[in-house]
Amino acid sequence: MSKLRTGVLGVFPYLDTATDAIRALKAKGYELTVYAPTPRHEIEEALESPESPVRIFTLTGAFTGTAAGTALATWTSIDWPLIVGGKEIVSLPAFSVIMFELTILLGALSTVAGLFLLARLPHVGPEEAPMYHPSFTGGNFGVFAHAPRDRYDEVQRILSDAGSEEVLVDHR
Amino acid sequence: MATTTEPTVIRSSFHPDVESYEQVNRDADRLLTKPGKGYLALLGMAISLVGLMVIAELHNIWFGLGMSGLTNPAGWGVYITTFVFWVGIGHAGTLISAILYLFRAPWRQSIYRFAEAMTVFAVLTAALFPIIHIGRPWFFYWLLPLPSQRHLWPNFRSPLLWDVFAVTTYLTVSSVFFYIGLIPDIAAARDSAVNPMRKRVYTILSLGWKGTDREWRHFTRAYMFLAALATPLVLSVHSVVSWDFAVSIVPGWHTTIFAPYFVAGAILSGVAMVVTLMVPVHRIFGLGAYFTPTHYDRLAKLLLLTSLIVGYAYGMEYFMAYYSGELFERDVFWDRVTGQYWWAGWSMITFNAFVPQLLWVPKIRRNLNAFFLISIFVNIGMWWERFVIIVPSLSHSYEPWKFMNYHLTWVEASILLGSFGWFFMWFLLFLRYLPGLSIAEIKEVLPPPMRSHDPGEHMEQIDGSGPAGLLPTGYYEPAATR
Repeated sequence: MSKLRTGVLGVFPYLDTATDAIRALKAKGYELTVYAPTPRHEIEEALESPESPVRIFTLTGAFTGTAAGTALATWTSIDWPLIVGGKEIVSLPAFSVIMFELTILLGALSTVAGLFLLARLPHVGPEEAPMYHPSFTGGNFGVFAHAPRDRYDEVQRILSDAGSEEVLVDHR
Repeated sequence: MATTTEPTVIRSSFHPDVESYEQVNRDADRLLTKPGKGYLALLGMAISLVGLMVIAELHNIWFGLGMSGLTNPAGWGVYITTFVFWVGIGHAGTLISAILYLFRAPWRQSIYRFAEAMTVFAVLTAALFPIIHIGRPWFFYWLLPLPSQRHLWPNFRSPLLWDVFAVTTYLTVSSVFFYIGLIPDIAAARDSAVNPMRKRVYTILSLGWKGTDREWRHFTRAYMFLAALATPLVLSVHSVVSWDFAVSIVPGWHTTIFAPYFVAGAILSGVAMVVTLMVPVHRIFGLGAYFTPTHYDRLAKLLLLTSLIVGYAYGMEYFMAYYSGELFERDVFWDRVTGQYWWAGWSMITFNAFVPQLLWVPKIRRNLNAFFLISIFVNIGMWWERFVIIVPSLSHSYEPWKFMNYHLTWVEASILLGSFGWFFMWFLLFLRYLPGLSIAEIKEVLPPPMRSHDPGEHMEQIDGSGPAGLLPTGYYEPAATR
């Protein structure tokens, strides 16, 4: 589901006014993109965003790593079966270290892959929301409502009523 | 701006001198401004030491490993000592960035970036040493499980190969963790950069981060899972390094306490290095608002705790040598404090187990100069610990006819010095080009700007006097929204 490419951006210096605007706009059924300088649970709650599925990537990657570690150590030992130090050819206690390290390695790398896929990083092509303000990495919060042009007035009103310091309209 | 009620400014109890989100950005940008002469002098010094290391290593390659003091039986010397030392240094960084993250320790936020950078650069330094030590560095790929014509594979039962996996995994995961944490802060640096070149580089490095709800939602989860993966990893890495020794049957090495002993030692040396790096940066850039007495106090306690563990391990080693009745074991431990290397043995015990005990005194703990000095002593002491474990044990093992002392050569000394140059070179470059304060994460422990609701409800609490309903994240939530 892709969001509308037009809309109105409200810049909020306070967190509570931003969450008020989010609730008001959500009640009207607008799709939103919210900018924040730091992750705040208040915003997630106002947006009622679902749990991130990154964990599925972590789990899959970690188990793949365990399997890969077991396979690597076992297969290479069987490929040239040479008894070393009087140990079994397939010495699982010794291999557990390799299994563990690969679990962590692939788990971490696939977590990052999951993050990049889900958060759409690195950004190439059109942005999710066409408007941005550099103060969003500073101290301001931003609420962008994806709206068709004929509803700009309503959105602008909701944003200013909630306490937006600056309302920017996408006129392109 | 239509404000009917004027907002009251509520300060974080951890950072009472930070008044707003914007101030964090300004202070972090201050680190990235034009460097002074002192910085360039330090960087020049670090780079010259790296040059010295390169010359020494070329000499080592040209004339062979005989240029080092390695002999039979002391086949491991300063290279392996320094390797273990630097891997250990890295551990405190991951402890602060990952383990304290999982514990939701709110004093972690402002110091974690330094600690994590230190981890990455320390492991980067450590990774040089096995390659130098193998003597023919161009054959380093023999360490990796690569297919060869004769189907010869590395020995997966060998702790040395475990170590290859542990250290490369650690380097990869900690670099990834470091970079992922940096993305929102590089975006902040991008938004405030004036220099067009810098702006461009930060734009590329920040991957187009804008701080949208989608990005944060996945970022916070991914970050938590990375922390959860890094935690067992960091404990495993120095355990695996310790098994390089403990799995062999050399007297002085073959003990079961080695893994926890090494991990505690690693955290001890790492915390000391964090303090060694923090104090000068604090003084030069005036970061008192971020590195508060609370932060130093907690670091001092961490140092004290690990020092006690290490001291206990020293005592236990001697007890086991005595109680086992094993002649060779007893002899090696007696030799450590009375033999050729008595000065190394005693500096290790004094600097790691006794000197940090001064931190019990609150006055010393809170005195930055004293704490800095103690951290330097611990750094030196921990290098000696690695040396004492490796060299005297090897040069004084079973048979008296093969007791042979190890002597440092100029090549090894230059490479050791050069490793410090290499580490500090990366650290200085990091300070100048990447945000040294974790801008977004410090804001997590600041009370958010609020117009009408009581901001106190939204800030983290340390004294436990606040309203009930503390979330596991350390934040309070108004009862109405639940």
